[in-house]
Amino acid sequence: MSQTIEAPVEVRLPDEDNEHDHDRPWIVIVWNDPINLMSYVTFVLRKLFGFSEEEATKLMLQVHNDGKAVVSSGEKEKAEFDVARLHAHGLWATLRQD
Amino acid sequence: MAKRSIKRDRKGGYTLQLPADERELLRSLPAQFRAVLQTDDPGLRRLFPPAYTDDDDANDEFQRLMREELLEGKLAALEIVEQTAGAEHLTAEQLEGWLGALESLRLFLGTQLDVSEELYAVELDPDDPSAPALALYGYLSWLQEQAVEALSSSL
Repeated sequence: MSQTIEAPVEVRLPDEDNEHDHDRPWIVIVWNDPINLMSYVTFVLRKLFGFSEEEATKLMLQVHNDGKAVVSSGEKEKAEFDVARLHAHGLWATLRQD
Repeated sequence: MAKRSIKRDRKGGYTLQLPADERELLRSLPAQFRAVLQTDDPGLRRLFPPAYTDDDDANDEFQRLMREELLEGKLAALEIVEQTAGAEHLTAEQLEGWLGALESLRLFLGTQLDVSEELYAVELDPDDPSAPALALYGYLSWLQEQAVEALSSSL
């Protein structure tokens, strides 16, 4: 990819966009829904994130019993990527900064 | 319904044992559903869920970037079922397609029928106008469970 050198542009950042905010990780939440099979949710968590069957089952039960569970965290781009993969598998996932 | 219809074989693939009428149903569903997927039917909301619940602008941007790819994935899975509904053997990739297509169909039907988690414990009332759709939903759920079980054995 070639780089284009442009005149510097003044970028206005939102007030709350300070260094501290950049350090806070983004979390990916899977929400409970009445349609997805429990076995399917466990399968998807194992397949996408490499969880053991035990770990994935624990998260699935957390989704089922508590209504939601955090399944991954990190940089915003990674969180968005994980949400997109979960959506591609039909799970109800959202991201937000922790 | 106790019999296993999808089984892992020794060559890394899967055998598919289904009666002809079920195969015919599964062959016909993708075309019907493909037409629905191109609309803005509210029953599709679970197939294209929001990524941000507290930031509409971020969500719009996410949808703008991702929706087409999400739709393409769902269409590709439907095509696999359409093309392999009569097959005796499926590759792992094809069975993943089946799993994805069953997921999309169930998300749509389940949203339309407004199903609850207790649904499976309730007997179907044949006089209920939703009975045929509920029966289809139940069948697709059973088949998806079979696909999950078969694929989980390979993880």
